[in-house]
Amino acid sequence: MTEQTPDIHATPAAGSEDAEGAHVYDTVGGDWDAIADEATSLHEERIVVNMGPQHPSTHGVLRLILELDGETVTEIRASIGYLHTGIEKNMEFRTWTQGVTFCTRMDYVAPLFNETAYCLAVEKLLGITDQIPERASIIRVLMMELNRVTSHLVAVGSLGLDIGSTTALQIAMKERERIITIFEMITGLRMNHAYVRPGGVAQDVPPGAIDKMRDAIPMLRRGIGEIESLFNANPIVRGRLVDIAYLDLTGCMALGITGPMLRATGLPHDLRKSDPYCGYENYEFDVPVRDSCDAYGRMRIRMDEAYESLKIVEQAADRLQNTPGPVMVEDKRIAWPAQLAIGGDGMGNSLDHIREIMGTSMESLIHHFKLVTEGFRVPPGQVYVSVESPKGELGVHLVSDGGTMPYRAHFREPSFNNLQAVAAVCEGGQLGDVVMAVASIDPVLGGVDR
Amino acid sequence: MTDVTQPENLPAPPGTNPAPVVVSSRQGMFGVSDGGDTSGYGGLVAPVLFPGAAVRPYGGYYDEVADQLERVLDDGGGASYAQAIERVVVDRGEMTIFVARAHLVAVARALRDDPALRFEMCMGVSGVHYPQESGRELHAAYSLLSITNGGRRVRLEVTCPDVDRHIPSIVGVYPANDWHERETWDMFGIEFDGHPALTRILMPDDWPGHPQRKDYPLGGIPVEYKGATVPPPDQRRKYT
Repeated sequence: MTEQTPDIHATPAAGSEDAEGAHVYDTVGGDWDAIADEATSLHEERIVVNMGPQHPSTHGVLRLILELDGETVTEIRASIGYLHTGIEKNMEFRTWTQGVTFCTRMDYVAPLFNETAYCLAVEKLLGITDQIPERASIIRVLMMELNRVTSHLVAVGSLGLDIGSTTALQIAMKERERIITIFEMITGLRMNHAYVRPGGVAQDVPPGAIDKMRDAIPMLRRGIGEIESLFNANPIVRGRLVDIAYLDLTGCMALGITGPMLRATGLPHDLRKSDPYCGYENYEFDVPVRDSCDAYGRMRIRMDEAYESLKIVEQAADRLQNTPGPVMVEDKRIAWPAQLAIGGDGMGNSLDHIREIMGTSMESLIHHFKLVTEGFRVPPGQVYVSVESPKGELGVHLVSDGGTMPYRAHFREPSFNNLQAVAAVCEGGQLGDVVMAVASIDPVLGGVDR
Repeated sequence: MTDVTQPENLPAPPGTNPAPVVVSSRQGMFGVSDGGDTSGYGGLVAPVLFPGAAVRPYGGYYDEVADQLERVLDDGGGASYAQAIERVVVDRGEMTIFVARAHLVAVARALRDDPALRFEMCMGVSGVHYPQESGRELHAAYSLLSITNGGRRVRLEVTCPDVDRHIPSIVGVYPANDWHERETWDMFGIEFDGHPALTRILMPDDWPGHPQRKDYPLGGIPVEYKGATVPPPDQRRKYT
């Protein structure tokens, strides 16, 4: 590494001297009785507990530091960064098209939103937003809404697991699998698709995918209905979720909370309605709202949104069948030279295209080579584009200096922002409710840490 | 003889940015920096031009926002609009208000509190490092959203020199910015004065340096595959 800027350092980590004088309880395995006895004998009600980063209820590598007074949480701090992979920095060293491969890995439960948000930003910088073929936009909407269903299923399924309902998780994973299979059929991958590209999408929907989707939708409805009938009136679920992790509209506004958490306060704020992109203004759907401000309302909203998403998917499927055409922008200076094709050994380069560049057209070969190795240039400037991801507003701040790589790519991840609320919703509550509070925020640590 | 109908002699049309700002310059072409340059393009120097101040009227709701902000700041008793606002850029359908850093908090408060402006949400801050823009190396861009006024957005941009990396914190106005400012401190080394606990958030607490600055290397090792060696991404040929 070259010379750094050693003049500035962050606050040092808490060292052993900070804990001086305090009693330290060590626990290995399940010897909780011994710890409880030890604590009782010391007459110390105030305990600092470290939860995570490897704790199943933190939904990833989230570390929570709790100060407890008996069972009551008096202070909670979230420590993040355990999954920081430098995605934003890495994107500055790859072409605009390669950036998709990186940002799809941020919120790995909702990869298509990351890709679409990034591509919309690149397209806005290029000034080609109007030239994106309608078919490409429809496919994006279709994929995003299916992805919203999977994300909400993971959220509710893992919430179920946190309260001891493995059944809910199994139903959720089973239904998610149906969609993941469709994703695999269309994009070639189950996750981290890199399917949405600047200018359109990587390839058209293969034959049979729409039918498969249409077959899956009634089953998905039934599956979501199963979780609902298991959860909605269940006294245990209600006991664990109703009036837990309360955050009202004022709190949400102050903390910049968006998504289901904001809509659970009664505000129908949804970017698909207020600032439509990808042609969302042409679809009929409702924005589910509740006014309970609690974990139960958030869970119900996620389920309601899954139904609305399926409604959009049906409309998009109809449109797709009536909208033939390309799925990549026409401008050959930007459009990826070839569509992918599915061969006997999986998805790969289109053989027709290889035949053309290797056999008949030297110019096509040169063009392909230049566009793939060098990439295209984007005029200097900056944009901020946001989409409604399952977790809230996913914003992309993208800066170009006129080169073939992003000068700066910053993601305003909803999980990152919403996780700030963990202190506001947990402090003063019971220790057992912390797990529910985190589950109702639905953070995905890949997105939080990027 | 001068022909007044030539485009360069006409006044700039509304909403355009006639005087671009030079943020850096680009040298050479095809990324040839080490070996012998036989192309003749190696000596090429081209400025990188960012959109400059926009000409009134800006179009859309941007005029309304600018007028109201001017009214609120001029009547507020603090810094006037002319003192607080360096320039307004309207580019690609987005409004960027460059704010003098000393007056950032006042401007943010006006944007949040005035009923006609009411940007009640701040969508965080994003740092950008322009090493060649001397005296304004570090930028912080804040995206504001007004749900009350039907999803209006503006961006505030504040700059600070690399030798004096201080920008006032707006956590007092927008508590949501807490973690975002910590991230920008972590990644760019901008110190947000007045932040309640400006500590690192993504990098380890004892990490030296600020990784997303342009003078911080990406890192990585060469990878050998089937006899060929691929250098790490920041050492590969770059098409400048």
